[in-house]
Amino acid sequence: MVTREIQAKVAANKRFDGIFAVIGLVATFVGMITLAALIFDLLTDGGGRLTYTFFTAFPSRFAAQAGILSAWIGTCLIMFVTAVTAVPMGVAAGVYLEEYARKNWVTALIEINIANLAGVPSIVYGLMALGLFVYQLKLGQSILTAGLTLALLILPIVIVATREAIRAVPSTMREAAYALGATKWQTTRDHVLPYSMGGILTGVIIALSRAIGETAPLITIGALTFIAFLPDSPIKAEFPFISFEWLMSPFTVMPIQMFNWVSRPQQEFHLNAAATGLVLMVMTLLMNGVAIYFRYRFRKWIKW
Amino acid sequence: MVTNGIAGWNTDSGGGMMNASENTLTQPGKGPAVEKLKHDFPIDTVADKSIISIEDVNFYYGAAHALKSINVEIPEKKATAFIGPSGCGKTTLLRCLNRMNDLILNTRITGKISLDGNDIYDSSTDVINLRRRVGMIFQKWNPFPKSIYENIVYGLRIVGINNRSFLDEVAEKSLRRAALWDEVKDNLNKSATDLSGGQQQRLCIARALAVEPEVLLMDEPCSALDPISTAKVEELIHELKDSFTIVIVTHNMQQAARCADRTAFFYLGELIEFGETGTLFTTPQKRQTEDYITGRFG
Repeated sequence: MVTREIQAKVAANKRFDGIFAVIGLVATFVGMITLAALIFDLLTDGGGRLTYTFFTAFPSRFAAQAGILSAWIGTCLIMFVTAVTAVPMGVAAGVYLEEYARKNWVTALIEINIANLAGVPSIVYGLMALGLFVYQLKLGQSILTAGLTLALLILPIVIVATREAIRAVPSTMREAAYALGATKWQTTRDHVLPYSMGGILTGVIIALSRAIGETAPLITIGALTFIAFLPDSPIKAEFPFISFEWLMSPFTVMPIQMFNWVSRPQQEFHLNAAATGLVLMVMTLLMNGVAIYFRYRFRKWIKW
Repeated sequence: MVTNGIAGWNTDSGGGMMNASENTLTQPGKGPAVEKLKHDFPIDTVADKSIISIEDVNFYYGAAHALKSINVEIPEKKATAFIGPSGCGKTTLLRCLNRMNDLILNTRITGKISLDGNDIYDSSTDVINLRRRVGMIFQKWNPFPKSIYENIVYGLRIVGINNRSFLDEVAEKSLRRAALWDEVKDNLNKSATDLSGGQQQRLCIARALAVEPEVLLMDEPCSALDPISTAKVEELIHELKDSFTIVIVTHNMQQAARCADRTAFFYLGELIEFGETGTLFTTPQKRQTEDYITGRFG
């Protein structure tokens, strides 16, 4: 009698197992199919617009002649400014909090705040940047302002990713270094950072792929939607060969260009928007691909 | 404070390569037994000189009182074993000797530990310097995920020694001392983590030896090794104690009996008994020691 009840229970458990497998499969497919449909839709709409001139032409009143030159160059330059400011600051903050800071209520408070900052809506960052960078520091509606704004936006993500990656380094590695007479900085530089580099780079790239699609904060600080010129070139023929004029240049980025085209009534501009969307998506996928490669490259050598 | 050891065990050179039962035959004051001469190294016949003095040390993890007024004199160029059941404080005491416990939050130590007469917890003591004089081998081998060569020379690189031929020399010498040279000499640029467990542990020993410490702390160095690797490490301990002071924490009483000249038995944070290994194992003075070594508890 008792055995029969147990057998019935086991059979019920097995049924539940099967049901859950089906639910999980369906849930997975919903996500996959949505993504596939999105890519297919963008391809059919915008695929035809992806010609060489689309990348080398400025925006135009005529949809067929319009291109994304100023938009993709703006995106690249802003991403550069963002990466150059957010990565060193974020990694340094993460290392400090994880390796150096005393664990007390102040650091606990800082930690909670950083976690919360990662969840603040991006337009709030835009408002803050408008007040701080544009009005207070008078940096103008420039590439520099945009880059710094996005840097602030992704800073919490970089910090959190750095801390996670550092925490994954076993304490036995630190002990081994300390026992040989290494200082905290030597331990961090020679062991903690190299062994967590894969994780840190992955986090950085994921943060940058979030920044690349941001529109709201850039519109808030005053990005233009129609730019028919390029920023000043960073490389010059005459001494000192490097110029930072471009930092103060007005800009547009791909999501804003896309938004501009979508909001126009003419159908042809919608095709341009779809093509821009494709380019953005490919860029993001490429970045994620690089992140996966880094993770693989760094973890292959590292095991404990 | 440099002492000549504590009365009762300073006159017996003990030590050497003998196992516990043979050691007990050596009477205090009579010098080394003849059979020890089969090992071709000079036997230290002078009284033991203490290198580390542990005086009235108490240690706390938060509110937990982990070590209760411990007094031990570690003899120079001898192997001293700390034995006792899990949680008795032997590893805690070991980690006090090179201040590794500084890395653990919310801990506190009182009392005095001196190395060659200098208080290691004094504010004027340089921890980095201390750790270079007192090396450590951990329970779980922990080579860096770098090449074998880079593992060994790391302790030298961090003090700015980058002379290739000097580093090569130290690497070979250290690997030879750790009895690993013949196994890895053709693969010095291979990843250290590709070695077998026993090889990795001996690599860690070589890495610690490369900085030429005076004292080598070993925290259960064989607990995760198979018997053959264990035998190799134990053999190594025998050889190393001619040049280094060794303090070894072990769960394995046979290992203490085989390797150590002195043995300290800890129980619940207290030092129950400390003495010449053979004596401790054959004629323990305390009931708890006897119960533990005869397997009645622990």
